[in-house]
Amino acid sequence: MGLSKLNSLYREVILDHSDHPHHKHALADSTSTITLKNPTCGDVINLDVKLDATDHIADIGFTGDGCTISQSSASMMTDAVMGKSKEEALHMAKTFSDMVMGKEHPQADLDQLEDAAILSSIMQFPARIKCATLSWWALQRALMREEDQVTKED
Amino acid sequence: MASNVTDFTQDFAILNQRVNDEPLTYLDNAATAQKPQQVIDALTHFYQHDNANVHRGVHTLAERATEQYEAARAKVQHFINAAEPAEVIFTKGATDGLNLVASTYGEAHVQAGDEIVISIMEHHSNLIPWQQLALKKHATLKYIGLTADGELDLADAAKKITDKTKIVALTHASNVLGTITPLKQVAKLAHQHGAIIVGDGAQAAPHIKVDVQDLDVDFYAFSGHKMMGPTGIGALYGKRSLLDATDPYQYGGEMIDFVNLYDSTWTELPWKFEAGTQNIAGAIGLGAAVDYLEAVGMDQVAAHEQRLVDYLLPKMLDLDYLEIYGPHDPAKHTGVIAFNIKGIHPHDVATALDMEGVAVRAGHHCAQPLMKELHQVATARASFYLYNTQADADRLLNAIQEAKEFFSHGSVEAK
Repeated sequence: MGLSKLNSLYREVILDHSDHPHHKHALADSTSTITLKNPTCGDVINLDVKLDATDHIADIGFTGDGCTISQSSASMMTDAVMGKSKEEALHMAKTFSDMVMGKEHPQADLDQLEDAAILSSIMQFPARIKCATLSWWALQRALMREEDQVTKED
Repeated sequence: MASNVTDFTQDFAILNQRVNDEPLTYLDNAATAQKPQQVIDALTHFYQHDNANVHRGVHTLAERATEQYEAARAKVQHFINAAEPAEVIFTKGATDGLNLVASTYGEAHVQAGDEIVISIMEHHSNLIPWQQLALKKHATLKYIGLTADGELDLADAAKKITDKTKIVALTHASNVLGTITPLKQVAKLAHQHGAIIVGDGAQAAPHIKVDVQDLDVDFYAFSGHKMMGPTGIGALYGKRSLLDATDPYQYGGEMIDFVNLYDSTWTELPWKFEAGTQNIAGAIGLGAAVDYLEAVGMDQVAAHEQRLVDYLLPKMLDLDYLEIYGPHDPAKHTGVIAFNIKGIHPHDVATALDMEGVAVRAGHHCAQPLMKELHQVATARASFYLYNTQADADRLLNAIQEAKEFFSHGSVEAK
């Protein structure tokens, strides 16, 4: 087989995002920040999210170290959720998690993921699924944490 | 000479398979070793013919099981040249043995203001037990550093070990840098200051001849599964004088002498430290692994791995896109080679190598403080054992080259 199978994982668009990640910077005015680690490989992602008054993602940025897959996934995630409402973003995170686990989803849900949908190929590389999901988990946690804080203030 | 490597592969059916349509090249031996048929047969035979609990039955099977369990202990004793079988305690593995020492001897002897000295290259299993003991006792944890080429800095060891030091804990072989540490010299330093020394033999016992009396270590822990034995079994060596003076680790069946309503007395060594039903089949399997290694000869095992490193390491060093950790002199390097392809994350490298059938580890190798010292988040690691061949080394080199090309160009032509 050799490395030809890798073509399905390391598609050009993935390598582009990895080489030139979008929104790879910290936010000065985030409303929620989270750091997640992948303990199996030591990858780290710091995710900053800024929600506006109507609970839409006004800005998002990430920093950290990681492999091609985790870096490109974070880049594609930030593209896809920018401007989305919190509920939409959480739904997208769920779609992504389901997609990489091989669960069926309506095409409209997958379309919403934009470039990130291309990572469905990660299914063929079970050891790498965590690399792809790390940034989406961070997003979920950041948005849920936001919810916790609101609850507390209430 | 016994190291006709084609003989070995016949004993390891698992190695005769294709992974991702390529012949399997198993180079993750520092994580766990494959098991020869002789070990698998020993487990099967025990369960099919002799299974019973040990030390507590008068019936024939109990007698047979006990005899084999204790015979395995004697094999391990001779393997590491302990003075007597009672100095060999069966454990779950190296981690279990090191925790045992920290929780019993360490708990009893380390007080506020005392020092525990370890090295910066320790695996988490020989780091966290001491770190937590130091925190609990308000003792000071000190780290021995490395020389420029990744060896233990003996001069620094002489500075760090003082009269306040109660315990020195040191790996015998690094699972990242591929170095053998001067455990014997450090043991001498520790003893000069009245401290004891604990050796972590997880990466040494499978690969080099270990003589605990010559090393003059007080405790020495290792795992069975890295030396071709089953998982879930290992051994802890301890000097009798220390083991006798140390309270049990766990309480229960098997380890008691007399039990009264409000107090109990403990049975003799080594059973004092083996509460509850032990991994009997595992111990017998470990005995079979010792037999296998002894039949080859540990000197031959070490020599074979050295030949592979002599062949491979210079070739890896010639590749300017590779970064190699640990000494660059093959004579100072064990069959554990940690590396990175510059600019490519080791996780990506390991996936690419896997597509070529080459199994390597990628990550922090349970040595996060060392990774920080090396200024790396993670590395790839190839690790060899006696069934690996020069062809395996060539396949690794080829796969590294293909991975480098793939990630430089972003794709490859389908073959």
